[in-house]
Amino acid sequence: MASTSKGLFGSSLARKYWMAATGLFLCSFLVGHLLGNLQLFVTGEEGKLAFNEYGHFMTTFPVVKILSYVTYISILLHTVDGIMLARQNRAARPVKYLKENQAANASWASRKMALLGILTLFFIVVHMKSFWYEMHWGALEKDANGNKDLWTLTVTAFEQWWYTAFYVLALTGLAFHLSHGAQSAFQTLGINHPKYTPFISKTMVAFAWLIPAGFIAVAVFLFVVQPGQSL
Amino acid sequence: MDLTLKIWRQAGPEAKGELKTYPISGVEEDMSFLEMLDYLNEQLIDQGIEPVVFDHDCREGICGMCSLFINGEAHGPGRKITTCQLHMREFKSGDTIYIEPFRAKAFPIIKDLMVDRSAFDRIQRAGGFISVNTSGNTIDANAIPVPKENADRAFDAATCIGCGACVATCKNSSAMLFASAKISQFSLLPQGQPEAKERVLNMVHQMDLEGFGNCTNTGACEVECPKGISLENIARMNRDYLFASFSSNK
Repeated sequence: MASTSKGLFGSSLARKYWMAATGLFLCSFLVGHLLGNLQLFVTGEEGKLAFNEYGHFMTTFPVVKILSYVTYISILLHTVDGIMLARQNRAARPVKYLKENQAANASWASRKMALLGILTLFFIVVHMKSFWYEMHWGALEKDANGNKDLWTLTVTAFEQWWYTAFYVLALTGLAFHLSHGAQSAFQTLGINHPKYTPFISKTMVAFAWLIPAGFIAVAVFLFVVQPGQSL
Repeated sequence: MDLTLKIWRQAGPEAKGELKTYPISGVEEDMSFLEMLDYLNEQLIDQGIEPVVFDHDCREGICGMCSLFINGEAHGPGRKITTCQLHMREFKSGDTIYIEPFRAKAFPIIKDLMVDRSAFDRIQRAGGFISVNTSGNTIDANAIPVPKENADRAFDAATCIGCGACVATCKNSSAMLFASAKISQFSLLPQGQPEAKERVLNMVHQMDLEGFGNCTNTGACEVECPKGISLENIARMNRDYLFASFSSNK
């Protein structure tokens, strides 16, 4: 048999490997991001200075900088690859069914990955404009230690009910996206074992709900407590 | 029982199709779904209407010829059955039943409910075989040790009848469950090893060429498969393809 394969670039399976690999990397990014956000539970001047110090570190430390570029590339690859896969999938069924009972055999999230992905991407754009862009290129005040005051920018954003509501909605969408994607990535990479797969699936589903819940908890805390008002 | 059938009618591959409504009475609950369609066709012929074209052969759930997307599910409601094993007792008098062909770009409609599933044959031809020397000194199959568990898993994969319910059910019209079963039945056995890498690379390539979609791991194929082919086959194919991509000679 002569090989005609496209190997790791261009084939249907290869596209899925890239989806899974970038998706899992982005999951690890979420853990780091959430750990940073938990510092927002510390209010007052002490919390503000510590958070700004952390913000300075995250934008200047070389290892973190490299990781941030991997993150940007992963988001980009995950998006472009996802669009290409979705286009192929649509083309594979040019005439739709008139009656389709998809709920009988597959979960809602698994059938709406593209929609949930688009929602998440839209959120990322808004979110990066709010904080990432302002931190890098915006005119932020300096705090007592001379660090850019990312803390005030953050807490005042979440004082607005609509900003918090949008954030909660987007993170809920992300939770659904992850509830299928995070465990499905292992299957895509060929990891399916009678002993380990039930554990992996349960762990990743728990991950999918707990991580967004953590982000939401911080956002709701900031909205309720309004720490920016006391300083 | 009295039923309202909404059936996809299409005169030919290029013709424009539409859903037509046929009221039918006198259907018995012991009829299989295909017998119910036979019964309808007899009435249509009597009325001078062209009968509904649909695929069927063995009518005992082993050939994989009967297809049909019934009320939004491949082979209709019920699990691990083909359409010929679906009986009218699953429906109630007064029900409206939608009957559509399997839908996929790779499964073009021939007429009405009959689709061309030869894309599966071409995937199989791309590597779904083993090359055996038949020069006279045939080796006894039992001379090669095979672990019992592997033999069982290979057999489970080999029970795929190639009906196409996985493709019809998948929201992406993906053929991964079929292809992975046909790859697994060899990759689990020693006889499949010499050609294992080329097999998985070539069969996946042919699957892509046929215009099937990609796998989202929704698991719908496994639920609707009349033979209960497991998703673990898709994982095995993913794993084998990944390793083969790194280690094949070409």
